[in-house]
Amino acid sequence: MSKHSHPYIPNSPPEIKQEMMLEIGIKNMEELYRDVPEKYRLKRPLNLPEALSELEIKKHVEASLSKNNVSSDMLVFLGAGCWPHYVPAVVKEIAQRSELFTSYTPYQPEISQGMLQALFEYQSMICELTGMEVANCSLYDWASALGEAARMASRLTRRNEILIPKIIHPERLATLQVYAEPAGISIKQVAYNMETGQISLEDLRNKISDRTAAVYIENPSFLGFIETQVDEISREAHTHGAISITGVDPTSLGILKPPGNYGADIVIGEAQPLGNSMNFGGPLLGIFACRNDLRLIRQMPGRIIGMTTTMDGSRQGFCMALQTREQHIRREKATSNICTNEALCAVASAVYMALLGPEGLRELGETIMYNANYAVHLLSKISGVKAPVFKSAHFKEFTVNFNETGLSVKEVHQKLLKRRIQGGKDISKEFPELGETALYCVTEIHSKEEIERLTTSLEEILAGKR
Amino acid sequence: MFKQTNWDEPLIFSLGRKGRRGHVLPKVEEEISRTIGDVSMLVPENMQRKSQPGLPELSEVEVVRHFTRLSEMNYGIDSGLYPLGSCTMKYNPRINELLANLPGISMAHPYQDEGDVQGILEILSRLERWLAEITGTYEVCLQPAAGAHGEFLGTLLMRAYHKLNGENEKRTEIIVPDSAHGTNPASAVMAGFNVVVIPSDKDGCVSVEALEAAVSESTAGLMLTNPNTLGIFEENIEEIANIVHEAGGLLYYDGANLNPILGKARPGDMGFDIVHMNIHKTFGTPHGGGGPGAGPVGVSKKLAKFLPVPRIVFDGESFHFDYDMPHSIGKIRGFYGNSAVLLKAYAYILSLGFEGLKEVAEVSVLNANYLAEKLKEIKGLTLPYGKEKPRKHECVISAKPLKRETGISALNIAKRLLDYGLHAPTTYFPLIVDEALMIEPTETFEKEELDRFIEAVRRICKEAYTNPEAVLKAPHNTTISRLDEMKVSHPKTMTLSWRMYLQKNNQNL
Repeated sequence: MSKHSHPYIPNSPPEIKQEMMLEIGIKNMEELYRDVPEKYRLKRPLNLPEALSELEIKKHVEASLSKNNVSSDMLVFLGAGCWPHYVPAVVKEIAQRSELFTSYTPYQPEISQGMLQALFEYQSMICELTGMEVANCSLYDWASALGEAARMASRLTRRNEILIPKIIHPERLATLQVYAEPAGISIKQVAYNMETGQISLEDLRNKISDRTAAVYIENPSFLGFIETQVDEISREAHTHGAISITGVDPTSLGILKPPGNYGADIVIGEAQPLGNSMNFGGPLLGIFACRNDLRLIRQMPGRIIGMTTTMDGSRQGFCMALQTREQHIRREKATSNICTNEALCAVASAVYMALLGPEGLRELGETIMYNANYAVHLLSKISGVKAPVFKSAHFKEFTVNFNETGLSVKEVHQKLLKRRIQGGKDISKEFPELGETALYCVTEIHSKEEIERLTTSLEEILAGKR
Repeated sequence: MFKQTNWDEPLIFSLGRKGRRGHVLPKVEEEISRTIGDVSMLVPENMQRKSQPGLPELSEVEVVRHFTRLSEMNYGIDSGLYPLGSCTMKYNPRINELLANLPGISMAHPYQDEGDVQGILEILSRLERWLAEITGTYEVCLQPAAGAHGEFLGTLLMRAYHKLNGENEKRTEIIVPDSAHGTNPASAVMAGFNVVVIPSDKDGCVSVEALEAAVSESTAGLMLTNPNTLGIFEENIEEIANIVHEAGGLLYYDGANLNPILGKARPGDMGFDIVHMNIHKTFGTPHGGGGPGAGPVGVSKKLAKFLPVPRIVFDGESFHFDYDMPHSIGKIRGFYGNSAVLLKAYAYILSLGFEGLKEVAEVSVLNANYLAEKLKEIKGLTLPYGKEKPRKHECVISAKPLKRETGISALNIAKRLLDYGLHAPTTYFPLIVDEALMIEPTETFEKEELDRFIEAVRRICKEAYTNPEAVLKAPHNTTISRLDEMKVSHPKTMTLSWRMYLQKNNQNL
């Protein structure tokens, strides 16, 4: 390292250190480590790169990242749990306010009212979207939120079986399994109607019992279609004393019936599409909301911000609520170990929802649905292509099947990449029963021309032109 | 004197007017709407939203103003000293924010073809190597989203390890010291273990006798932070590691307190099998008011095969994701981790190098000892445990004498500190110290700011003897005076959303 004092370490000049060492009665810095056993003191330099200046770091990281081809360089039609949406400039601007992003969890509420109020507003807006009354200020992502929801349902019902749809994001299922197994929760998958993709009510009725802690559905489903038997499914859960859990993509909730209106007790989901960049899949923003029922609220995982007053009752303010559920108070009896969550992403989402308002959110849902269905319309005209596989209404994602084209998804995919188009996610391994199928995603960011570029490219590829 | 901004800003739900818009989307192109027809016909009748969500209607101008005002009513590291113990609140370099917002990462989709994301894979892969080198571990997994998430993974790894050895049925206990962070016992329980708490010795360290008495054939592992939550290095770490390993257990390192030993000592060398790191603490990424962070986990060679999928591998030419790991515990979240946060840690390490990281450690320790020496001289305060031992990243001061003599508690001191434009330390933790003030200055703050803190504490303690009322009623200079933190959780007054507020509108809060 150079002889300069490091910009991030104000006390590094030798004379300052000397002054402080004198004050505390030591002669050199090693004395501060005198209690570290000799054998554990590092005797060699760590094998790390030499320190770089800010300009060098910038050039270095930019050079690395320039090897990427991302959605600003090419057309991307990927979703599957992390979706390309436009993030308004205001959202980034607010999330970069240093008083917010350099603060800690608001343990001292009097000096942290800004963050607390912003998070309370996020919680409140999530409630408005989902039709719930209580939301926490975030979990890590949808997948871990599902794990937490299953465990919460199991604690509430003292039962240990959870029913989930056969059509579910494979990574979400994998995460659920990992969260569920140590709690002794077993997972059963409910079959779907091969024609429509909708959950088979018959299979649900066969599998549900007095051992069922929860019935979980996703809307829209992982494969993009709207599940319509929601009232029946919730009713079925409640009849058997089980908790009804729904997972949502919140961009659909400007036009789709909120889960609160069809009997959901817990709503989870992924709020990344509300104002957060994809960031290669993280950070994401796990939604977790429930009904205003003390039994539920007391079992909720995660930080919750509440409204209170000053001690003298003269003013309204905000602070963390129900901390007795949490690890720092309750330790091994906590509802979860989560503390650091995705708070700043939640603030970004609050800004996004405030910018859109109810009309904007409806337009967002409509625009997505228009664009996605336009893509479906064009794709399904291509000879040999089936889009979507299921006869159901689709929101922003849909399946495209290539069985009749003579090409595999992988082959199509490689040919699209040559045209700088990143096609949908290959799901032929995860859903072998659907054959050569990919999951495409179209949102408000895709223009008509871009959608047509995809479809003409596919037409050309399948016609054997390249 | 410090005076925090107070805008008396209403909730966003009471702002705006019907018809205002903060953002307009591109219009659906005419040919699309003509081809598709009325979109409401696409949504099945029973699934249509009949009433709009109760979101506010604001112009862009109002949204910006509202959140700007909120931010002005918040205190961050950029505002001043933030000495929360065990939280390692250090400066967040701006260059790292800039880099993390580059399209090359922010607009990368996790399922893009590997060939199109070589840049970010290279960064993540290198970061794994560096973190392994820093912690003395064999492999690092970047996936956990936070420290507690890393702990959950760590305890799941213990479970997987004992299971493969056919011992999971009997190894049901995880031992934690009574000074441990609350996440340790909570994580152990999440992974299905029972928690055995052992008392600390007179120096606040793990009592070797108590540990010997606690280990058995049921022991799955021990979770430990070193330096511990008193800021004291566990000198008997070799013996501790031996006891746990001889009993067949694994040793888990809670990395919340890694900062003071960067480049000085490594958990892996001390015998720890599993190590989590808090990227948003030790590696200077913003805490964001409660996240996003990242909690990578490093493991010894024998545990590497259990890590979550996918692993990033390099075949000599390019980077790939490897899902073919038969012993993997599976997934603890979607995708690969908080990549945007991890990129900032990568830049942070680049800015410091080995010498710089060592400097971080040493100065953070110097700062903590400087505070400890000065604060313990103040009437009413003591520095309990390990009187002859240097502190590492933090010191825990007890205000027990002050409380006894004046009635002024650690909480009151904390609240009064806010009046000086200083953030309060962590209070009432660790649980083994009465009236605890847990203070971690980090390397971020200059001597002048530390002196300002010392002087503020000195004045407050003096005030406790002369004018306790002023301390009892603190804070006075923050956005709002002391809040009722009981009311917020009482069923009668509990208001957790705007909806609940409206429901309770007619009652007194």
